[in-house]
Amino acid sequence: MSEGTLYDKVWDRHKVTTLPTGQDQLFIGLHLIHEVTSPQAFGMLRERDLEVAYPELTHATVDHIVPTANRDRPYENEAAETMMAELEENVREAGIEFSDPTTGDQGIVHVIGPEQGLTQPGKTIVCGDSHTSTHGAFGALAFGIGTSQIRDVLATGTVAMEKQKVRKIQIDGELDEGVEAKDIILEIIRRLGTEGGVGYVYEYAGSAIEDLGMEGRMSICNMSIEGGARAGYVNPDETTYEWLEETDYFQENPEKFEELKPYWESIRSDEDAEYDDVVRIDADELEPVVTWGTTPGQGVGITDPIPAPEDLPADKQDTARRAQEHMRVEPGETMEGYEIDVAFLGSCTNARLPDLRRAAEIIDGRQVDDDVRALVVPGSQRVQETAEKEGLKDTFEEAGFEWRNAGCSMCLGMNEDQLEGDEACASSSNRNFIGRQGSKDGRTVLMNPQMVAAAAINGTVTDVRDLKEVTTV
Amino acid sequence: MTDDGDDVEIPEVDYVSGSGVPIRGNDIDTDQIIPARFMKVVTFDGLGEFAFFDVRFDEDDNQKDHPFNEDRYQDSSVLVVNSNFGCGSSREHAPQSLMRWGIDAIIGESFAEIFAGNCLALGIPTVTADSETIQDLQDWVDDNPDGKIDVDVEAETVTYGGMTVDVTVDDAQRKALVDGVWDTTALMKSNAGAVREKAEELPYVADAAIPDAE
Repeated sequence: MSEGTLYDKVWDRHKVTTLPTGQDQLFIGLHLIHEVTSPQAFGMLRERDLEVAYPELTHATVDHIVPTANRDRPYENEAAETMMAELEENVREAGIEFSDPTTGDQGIVHVIGPEQGLTQPGKTIVCGDSHTSTHGAFGALAFGIGTSQIRDVLATGTVAMEKQKVRKIQIDGELDEGVEAKDIILEIIRRLGTEGGVGYVYEYAGSAIEDLGMEGRMSICNMSIEGGARAGYVNPDETTYEWLEETDYFQENPEKFEELKPYWESIRSDEDAEYDDVVRIDADELEPVVTWGTTPGQGVGITDPIPAPEDLPADKQDTARRAQEHMRVEPGETMEGYEIDVAFLGSCTNARLPDLRRAAEIIDGRQVDDDVRALVVPGSQRVQETAEKEGLKDTFEEAGFEWRNAGCSMCLGMNEDQLEGDEACASSSNRNFIGRQGSKDGRTVLMNPQMVAAAAINGTVTDVRDLKEVTTV
Repeated sequence: MTDDGDDVEIPEVDYVSGSGVPIRGNDIDTDQIIPARFMKVVTFDGLGEFAFFDVRFDEDDNQKDHPFNEDRYQDSSVLVVNSNFGCGSSREHAPQSLMRWGIDAIIGESFAEIFAGNCLALGIPTVTADSETIQDLQDWVDDNPDGKIDVDVEAETVTYGGMTVDVTVDDAQRKALVDGVWDTTALMKSNAGAVREKAEELPYVADAAIPDAE
């Protein structure tokens, strides 16, 4: 069993009691809710005549189904309007703060929590969304829950959980030009598998992680769940504190910053902490990673050949065969040159300001391929506003990208942004499951935002490093 | 009805019995179990008919080859799956749709954690066995679609065709199901005082955010 890790310390600080089942009852410091997985939970509360126990530790936004094009109310899509109206009613009744689109603070739940300073080191954070692991970037213990658990948290401020093992993933070295945090996590999932993390929480450490800004750390923690780990985290450091100091919460409550810092320092993993497992990855060796299949673990370096199913472990062969048939890729070839129809720059993984900036640098002065539909969906209204001020919107639009309002959009194809037929999509999102982007014949290739930009320009999966070289000549 | 909902009936799930339905394949994600477009609803009612929708029907809503479409499995209640079943999205809509289709228990090589937790919250056991055991059971179900499978949650065994095999049920899950404490709301609410004390101890929780004692 692990000892002295951030996970152990935060768990202990939040453990209320051990339940008769052997599970621990954990106090939840921040409960984020959105329009798709919360209405049923509020319904269950009503059925049982229960109230929200800790409304002030709960925060709502709308992201999953909210339109990213026309946002006039009522929304054109009746279901979107119903879900929005339901959330509005629920938060009003319970007295829960709501970052709705009229506030200018709306956005993907995993983008706005950190922006507003709601996400802090040493908090327990839950949300009815598996990418809640994102908040672990700040040294929080954050994980996704289902709707019945949302009911538990609303009614009691706690959740029943079993403690897990801790795997430290040590990533040392420096990332090459064109290689990003996204490539680190795609590589981790490729190596450890989509279920390699089941039963574990991942601690991401090492010089490559320390060198990353908060956005990069969020991209990594975000996809922990794609590797089977329900939560992932990075120990808080000066980079974390610098981010926190700029957020609304600490701008409004500057005294809290000094007051809480000792707590944040105290929950860092000890130098001599014990882990259940340690994995090392050399950042120097990484190149941009793209997926060739239909799980996030089916990835490959951009210059490496797609593996033959028979060369994979026995239990991975069938899935690989079916994936290659669906994607229409051939073993032995690289993913370079794979034709795409859509380029999607968005999602809770990669739709923050630096993501858009890096992609815009590639786009600047170039044109999206004639056969490609390209869209940018900023992660939040604040990201959108700043990007517009910086001129990024103009850069993208001049190149032929559509510039949208904030939301989950084509990452999960719940609103009107969907793949059609067998379209192939270069996507900065997190899941390449069959049907994920709204069409069951659609084909998703996951990659970092710069790579999405490069694919949009060429109309094919492209090694962005080649485009950079052209720029410098 | 009392104010804290203490009287919600929570059945004990120590035993599940029924015929099986095999769904083969590793890494079957929750987007496959219930595509996102069917989540545009504010209740879980009626989700059963949309379980595995995109692998069950083509564009024109014609049935494709899928166990959930086969007549012989229409009364089945024990789902037999392979590894990492239920990975991906945390949507409880996935187990809700399976439950409403008629599934009472799932036997598999392994399950994604959030999915297994969601199943537990609905009183659906997710029991595990090695790959060979699962494949044998799936083959047996193919040949015996009406054959009875007994899942003994407490004893951690599965009995079918006159044979009993050992399976694993996570300790906490087993206890929660067998003792009928898998719906944790009332149980945890009964600790409200200790929860408040915990909140008071945490440096980041403002006093104003902590409710008064009831």
